Amino acid sequence: MKLVIIDYGAGNIKSIQFAFKRLGVNAVLSNNIDEIRAADKVIFPGVGEASSAMKMLQESGLDKVIPTLKQPVLGICLGMQLMCNSSSEGNTKGLGIFNVDVKRFTNAVKVPQMGWNVIYNLKSDLFTGIKEKEFMYLVHSFYAENCKEAIATTDYEVEYASALQKDNFYGVQFHPEKSGVEGAKILQNFLDL
Amino acid sequence: MLTKRIIPCLDIKNGRTVKGVNFVNLIDAGDPVVLAKQYADLGADELVFLDIAATLENRGTTLDMVLKIAEQVNIPFTVGGGISSVAHVDKLLKCGADKVSINSSAVKRPELVNELAEKFGSQCVVVAIDAKQIDGEWLVHLAGGTIPTELNLFEWAKEVESRGAGEILFTSMNHDGTKAGFANEALAKLSSALNIPIIASGGAGNIQHFADTFTKGKADAALAASVFHFGEIPVLELKEALKEQKIPVRI
Repeated sequence: MKLVIIDYGAGNIKSIQFAFKRLGVNAVLSNNIDEIRAADKVIFPGVGEASSAMKMLQESGLDKVIPTLKQPVLGICLGMQLMCNSSSEGNTKGLGIFNVDVKRFTNAVKVPQMGWNVIYNLKSDLFTGIKEKEFMYLVHSFYAENCKEAIATTDYEVEYASALQKDNFYGVQFHPEKSGVEGAKILQNFLDL
Repeated sequence: MLTKRIIPCLDIKNGRTVKGVNFVNLIDAGDPVVLAKQYADLGADELVFLDIAATLENRGTTLDMVLKIAEQVNIPFTVGGGISSVAHVDKLLKCGADKVSINSSAVKRPELVNELAEKFGSQCVVVAIDAKQIDGEWLVHLAGGTIPTELNLFEWAKEVESRGAGEILFTSMNHDGTKAGFANEALAKLSSALNIPIIASGGAGNIQHFADTFTKGKADAALAASVFHFGEIPVLELKEALKEQKIPVRI
């Protein structure tokens, strides 16, 4: 199993690498296009601001590569958001893998949403062995709207898509690497795809 | 529904936990990694590590500790104490810390909050505020509450929010160590005035204090040290009691 975490300068990738290490898998950090293409599985992480993260992807040419990948790809947090059509954060055009837009929570709720909330309406192999309304750790100010490609939803101000899937592309808004034993199960499920 | 968080806080000196941690069946109660894992298993939602003797010399030791915690602990954690530069935060985050907490350094140079939020995102910037109520006014204090400033708690909190803080950790010096309950009146005022999460700290003595700080104090999370470390309030028991009072918690 060759697992690559795309390292394009956005965010805390150490935690993801360690989470896979706890599952006995050595994840390689790379921004090398050939190495990413050759991987069995790819993780697309991201923390921070959407437009600057997108800029970093464009500078390395990864914005063209990621949508053409054929192996299972898992976007996490901002990674998932960048896989959508667009984000209102910094008025950013996304990779357009998921046909949905990313919006900001209004000030009717505290922003960012920070902490443990439940995921439900689970419908993917990614959630094998995960019960409906399992708790996951989330930290985010922007969200993907509920849509056809949603494979999990969460309630915060609105019911939004907390996970997405299209073909070989998966995205999760929560942090499975920080969501205890159940989060680790989701990472293992991704490895088992 | 987003749940209320329970956060044990561990004081660290030279990479080791200090002051009493009195867990049963621990091989090494001074090892922050062992403690952190135990807390994660017992249902803590997050952890805070406060380097109480942070100096330039022991910075490497702390980074090493952060790396070890990130390697073994599967819940989020915050590191605080002696953090005053973007470069230092960069190192802590690269070692696997999820958030950093800044306090005196933000008061001395408020632009630091902007710089950290712009470079790393608000989600990892916690501003810790120690305040004491003097003649009716809540004044921000520095250096563990020993040095008073002219800053008003609510004004300062609003300012750091506008500068990009993702969360406020408010410790009431009037309540800290008393075990008589949290500063719920000030907390409720903070929580209503700001639109970012507020962590209540200082004064936890029993289970009802936690319930009160979530209901009356409108806190989003509650932090405590000794009541957890000495096993006076087991985290799971606390969460079950909160759930019975219809307070949303992760169990």
